[in-house]
Amino acid sequence: MQIKIKFFASLAEIVGCRETVITIEGKETVESVWIQVAGDRPIPDGTLCAINRIHCEFDKEVKNNDEVAYFPPMTGG
Amino acid sequence: MVCKIVEESFEPFATLEKCQKEIFVNGAKVGANAIFVGTMRDFNDGESVESLFLEHYPEMAEKVLSDIRAEAVKRWELDEALIVHRVGRIYPGDAIVLVATWASHRAHAFESCRHMMEILKSDAPFWKKERLKEGERWVTKNTSGVTSL
Repeated sequence: MQIKIKFFASLAEIVGCRETVITIEGKETVESVWIQVAGDRPIPDGTLCAINRIHCEFDKEVKNNDEVAYFPPMTGG
Repeated sequence: MVCKIVEESFEPFATLEKCQKEIFVNGAKVGANAIFVGTMRDFNDGESVESLFLEHYPEMAEKVLSDIRAEAVKRWELDEALIVHRVGRIYPGDAIVLVATWASHRAHAFESCRHMMEILKSDAPFWKKERLKEGERWVTKNTSGVTSL
């Protein structure tokens, strides 16, 4: 399965990556995908996530061709 | 134009007038128009702020703004609703966001305008990075949308 990963704002700086594509096999969640990409760096408190541009929980299973995004709490407006 | 993300500075009231002409071809004879304009402060958390960069997740931001507007139009009795949000490099005094609603009566216009703004603050994927006299910092939280009065 191919998964597109995106990091935004402070998380992109923490992880040192804005966008990447990874190949995974078997059952993976948004949380386990973070570990694959960010390694030892823990998920910062308050981090939010989305699959295919829809907010989701970290235990949500990812599927082939999903776009998984991680970002800090929003501060727009 | 009912939801728009813009990279260039915009004048909110000129934008509002233009949109109103587009939306209400025969003139806005609807009774109530509530407007919120958010602009950049030149201070935050006790420090002067020279400018800020507004980052966003383009595809998701467009969807979230569109969903916020659609939900408001469904929930309240609105003739129309508008959201314009700025991204990129922003300077003090620049408009960041414009939310406007049109309805027959003020209750629907006021409540929906405020609701749209509050949901935008918590759900729409935009992030501010402030440039200070020395260095930069991410804004990590929003101020409250209600007072204690």
